[in-house]
Amino acid sequence: MEYIIIFISAIFVNNIVLAKFLGICPFIGVSSRLETSVGMTGAVAFVMVIATIVTYLIQYYILKPLSIGFMQTITFILVIAALVQLVEIILKKVSPALYQALGIYLPLITTNCAVLGVAILTIQNGYNLPEAAVFSFATAIGFGLALVLLSSMRESLDLVDIPKGMKGIPVAFIIAGILSMAFMGFAGLV
Amino acid sequence: MAKRESTFGNMLLALTVVTLISSASLGFVYELTKGPIAAAKLAKKNEALQSVLPEFNNHPVEEVYKKAVDGDTLYFFPARRDSQLVGTAVETFSPKGFGGTIRLMVGFLPDGTINNVAVLEHKETPGLGDKMDRKKSDWSVQFEGKNPKNFKLAVKKDGGDVQAITASTISSRAFCDAVERAYNSLMKGGQQ
Amino acid sequence: MNQWNNFSKGIFKENAVFVQVLGMCPTLGVTTSAYNGLGMGLATTFVLLMSNIVVSMVKGFIPDKVRIPAYIVIIASFVTIVELIMQAFVPVLFDELGLFIPLIVVNCLVLGRSEAFASKNNVLSSAVDGLGMGLGFTLALFMLGSIRELLGSGAWLGIKFIHGDGMLLFILAPGAFIALAYLIAIMNRVNRRNA
Repeated sequence: MEYIIIFISAIFVNNIVLAKFLGICPFIGVSSRLETSVGMTGAVAFVMVIATIVTYLIQYYILKPLSIGFMQTITFILVIAALVQLVEIILKKVSPALYQALGIYLPLITTNCAVLGVAILTIQNGYNLPEAAVFSFATAIGFGLALVLLSSMRESLDLVDIPKGMKGIPVAFIIAGILSMAFMGFAGLV
Repeated sequence: MAKRESTFGNMLLALTVVTLISSASLGFVYELTKGPIAAAKLAKKNEALQSVLPEFNNHPVEEVYKKAVDGDTLYFFPARRDSQLVGTAVETFSPKGFGGTIRLMVGFLPDGTINNVAVLEHKETPGLGDKMDRKKSDWSVQFEGKNPKNFKLAVKKDGGDVQAITASTISSRAFCDAVERAYNSLMKGGQQ
Repeated sequence: MNQWNNFSKGIFKENAVFVQVLGMCPTLGVTTSAYNGLGMGLATTFVLLMSNIVVSMVKGFIPDKVRIPAYIVIIASFVTIVELIMQAFVPVLFDELGLFIPLIVVNCLVLGRSEAFASKNNVLSSAVDGLGMGLGFTLALFMLGSIRELLGSGAWLGIKFIHGDGMLLFILAPGAFIALAYLIAIMNRVNRRNA
């Protein structure tokens, strides 16, 4: 039951992009085509779950026993950067097909603040390890959902006549605002 | 200055030096700020205690005792004036907030009457749920002087006596939940 | 390039938020009030200035292949320093900004300036560039925060102008997106006219 609540709340109620404002750069950057959104989501989900589990272990088995909690930011970002590289190398060897699909998005993920954000939020919320895994996976799904919704709408916008100044990024933000309003309706869910 | 070659030795050397310098300087700043950070935290706690308790002249922070409840910990701060117990402040929590856990400091008189409530930590929506904080609105005044024995700690929608914050029923429920948790454990032998 | 142009480009022509659309997460996340926007902007400016200075000083020492991890370590150190200092001296602001302080480290703007500017220029130019970019970022956050606070709670820098609530939408998440959309659109227009 606990897990279902974490799952639903991370996807809908506290959607990482639309309610928590994390991962906005890729949200706006790669959302002009549906296909790229799906690829990005896959890559983010992959890295986010692994990174959350690894940073969780580091926090509770290294930083805490040594009481060097102030090193959290620097350790976490290094771990994420290293992980992204590692995932890239392993994927290239093990599954060239998957690498073909996700490869170009992987380097972008280091500076996706959603990944670091989720790692820190997991610690702040005091989750245990299985909860952390569920939370990070659900967050990635929520990220993907927002990305896919936005990109499918932006694709149809190509055919619409929009005022010149609003074209491109501003109109994407307006849509994001409306989406975010719609997601607020989920608030009573949990 | 010419760029150094990307040989393995050079890379290792550069990264080691950068990491060493940065962790050394971080350790230095940490030592430097450790005192002020602890002082700021203590000041915040003392301020909250003073605002929720009747006048006292002991050091409640030094007499703190705790109790594990619902997977988290409640902290009790007994306040005395001339060694007479005048009230107990309870640092309490509720996981049911809209944006996550909220933490409150609730001051009770010895008979269980709520003296005052202060918000320590919350992640509620600015402009809506954050009205529970006295700095933002007077909403929490309605708890003052009420005894949960005959004041049902639930929002009116749920059949209680608390007027919920407009458009923030969830935050209001969490607030009640936290106060009730504090009251229940205080009454169940929490008072010393 | 003379230093004044170098400084002012960060504020107008290459403004991080309005023109380059970088660092969107804190821009949207913390601008519920003008004061928070200002605080976040200044914290970022400090990190930007210091990391630009250090990166331009050590650029000869760092081999090309490991420059990104080295820059990340440098930036993360300054972010942690800001974290500790804010916790000690402005704890209330630190609580309000919360998660977004450690996240300065992944603000694309900071790493972007190290990589694109400080790694190729001397210390003085890099410092000026960092300061300009940071202040441009601060200005954008302050403007967005002011608009959201004025419309959303009818106040500015905590001073109330109306009784009761404003248009709450602007304090909430959707308002952040919509207000920023219009600000960028207006800036597009202004920049086009000047060009």
